[in-house]
Amino acid sequence: MSKAENNFNATVSPFRGQGLHSTFVPLNMENVDTDQIIPARFLKATTRDGFGKNLFRDWRYENDDETKPKAEFVLNQPQYSGEILVAAKNFGCGSSREHAAWAIADYGFRAVVSSFFADIFKNNALNNGLLPVVVSDEFLQKIFAASHSDPKARLEINLQEQTIKLSVSETPPSEGLGEVFDINAYKKTCMLNGYDDIDYLLSIKQDIINYETTLS
Amino acid sequence: MAKTLFEKIWNRHIVKTIDGGPAVMYIDKHFIHEVTSPQAFNGLNKRGIQVFRPQQTVATADHNVPTLNQHLPIKEELSRKQVEALIKNCAEHGVELYGLGHPYQGIVHVIGPELGITQPGMTIVCGDSHTSTHGAFGSIAFGIGTSEVEMVLATQCLLQTKPKLMRINVEGDLKNGVVSKDIVLYILSKISASGATGYAVEFAGSAIRSLSMEARMTICNMSIEMGGRCGLIAPDETTFSYIKGRKFAPPLSPEGGQEGSAWDKALTNWKTLYSDADAVFDKEYHFDAADIEPMITYGTNPGMGIPVTGTIPTTETINETDKSGLNKSLAYMGLQQGAPIRGQKVDYVFIGSCTNSRIEDLRMVASFVKGKQKANDVEVWIVPGSKQVEAQAKAEGIDKIFEEAGFMLRQPGCSACLGMNEDKIPAGKYCISTSNRNFEGRQGAGARTLLASPLTAAAAAVTGVVTDVRELMPPSPEGEFVSSLIESNQTN
Repeated sequence: MSKAENNFNATVSPFRGQGLHSTFVPLNMENVDTDQIIPARFLKATTRDGFGKNLFRDWRYENDDETKPKAEFVLNQPQYSGEILVAAKNFGCGSSREHAAWAIADYGFRAVVSSFFADIFKNNALNNGLLPVVVSDEFLQKIFAASHSDPKARLEINLQEQTIKLSVSETPPSEGLGEVFDINAYKKTCMLNGYDDIDYLLSIKQDIINYETTLS
Repeated sequence: MAKTLFEKIWNRHIVKTIDGGPAVMYIDKHFIHEVTSPQAFNGLNKRGIQVFRPQQTVATADHNVPTLNQHLPIKEELSRKQVEALIKNCAEHGVELYGLGHPYQGIVHVIGPELGITQPGMTIVCGDSHTSTHGAFGSIAFGIGTSEVEMVLATQCLLQTKPKLMRINVEGDLKNGVVSKDIVLYILSKISASGATGYAVEFAGSAIRSLSMEARMTICNMSIEMGGRCGLIAPDETTFSYIKGRKFAPPLSPEGGQEGSAWDKALTNWKTLYSDADAVFDKEYHFDAADIEPMITYGTNPGMGIPVTGTIPTTETINETDKSGLNKSLAYMGLQQGAPIRGQKVDYVFIGSCTNSRIEDLRMVASFVKGKQKANDVEVWIVPGSKQVEAQAKAEGIDKIFEEAGFMLRQPGCSACLGMNEDKIPAGKYCISTSNRNFEGRQGAGARTLLASPLTAAAAAVTGVVTDVRELMPPSPEGEFVSSLIESNQTN
């Protein structure tokens, strides 16, 4: 990183780089779109707060009634909790609404694990201190299988080392139950330090102005 | 070295590249609307900064506006506050707003092109995933989140990693009754709702080149439904003649003291925008236009489409991608594996959205429906994409044709595409819709969406059930019906 880039003011909460160690909520569904994560009727706010209570609203409640939780939906199953959401592939497809990332973070998740994410959602998550972790299909299946047999299974995500490990029943992670994940080096630094892209872009404003003079 | 269309535009817009990180991309045009911008303006205000290049941002109100009685104050309080916040933010930051009541108001992806703001070679963003629409002009156009809206407002730049490159070629002539919406639903059914994730998608081939600009926009609009970062089509004479003379197109006459007009200069540049003959793509698909039938979706993602004459897949026949979701989708939709889709009852018909609400779409529906009546138990909403589309439809007498058919012509907005305003489909009801997403609850909690072309939607409006539009069209072995429509569109 350049000198200018080290002059950021941290404006988002730093992700705990030394490791997020938590139980997780398994959402074994593919193609979860942002309309499910936060339905459009809840996009009328003009602030970023309070979206968590409407996370997966129509999957969580019968007839939009908070007194009637749908027992089969994983967020309503008391055995599953934690700061990590695990979902099947193509998570976050559809609308660009950043409200989806706000809702997941506001609910209390710090990371989402999947075998792949839709582009816009991934950026939105990274811009909100919510870590998207891409794992292989095989590892994802192992995570789902572990959650099925042991709801208290845990994931340990270390952003500094870029590792994710699975452990069951309070035992330390066994051999083979871990992976290294990819993250853009710049985004990693931002996540670890709570920097944001706007701080960076503002810090190179003169470069932007110089670029504009080359446009005819 | 040979370059793709995408690379040519990309290379011209990189301010700098961060070592081992993303590139700083300069954004030429930025569209904003009431739903995804308020938090971005709040961010600027918190930082105590103004919009960096206000002339490069254009605002409209579309997602959350009523489509009836737009002259009255918005009844719903939260919607009204969101629209008021947009008015206030635009005024404070010097951003041009085409709000409710303005003759240019409309769906953001309809007004950009019709005003000539959208031009080849540009980088264009908006806090809306269907920004990919503008790629039909040969621009890099994509949807962004609200934090990114704030970045563009603050610096006119974004941090971007270069996507992989895909080309989808569609060659040959379309059958009668098959239009651009069918092409894109067909491609989606082949490559799935995640088939282009991580890619910029160029659409090419003779079938694409033969399309009008509005038909091209329909295709690029839905490139996000494949997961594509953006979709684009190389500009050609069709593109140039569409743009020429529009409100914000480069002026045709030279300005004081200058040699040559801005138009001529732009044209010289635009003509360099194509993928070189030996340019390399990371992935390439080839489809034959003659294989495409009128399409419709049966499931809850836009990749779940079949010909209207087809049957709903079974666990045995469906592709791997949608296998795990099939039963869940069909349970939501109230449909059965292996059943024909033709004859399925329809309760609502929605013709609108940034996919299919332009004047050509309305003309196509009007030509088909003229002299016909809607089925008794079907409600038909036609929502024009913009005030200009609405005015043009009225000038051509299309509104009268709709009225006689029992269709309701409403006022411009996103409407029942996402059901943010009051235009919602009731739970359990079937809506054949020209919009872009059939996700659970998209058109209202519990609503069941069947995506189709304006022609297929109009046919269902008349019969009350999913119908093969070709059965209701005048006999025309040469495909005269649709081709005559498209010709009339291109002369406009």
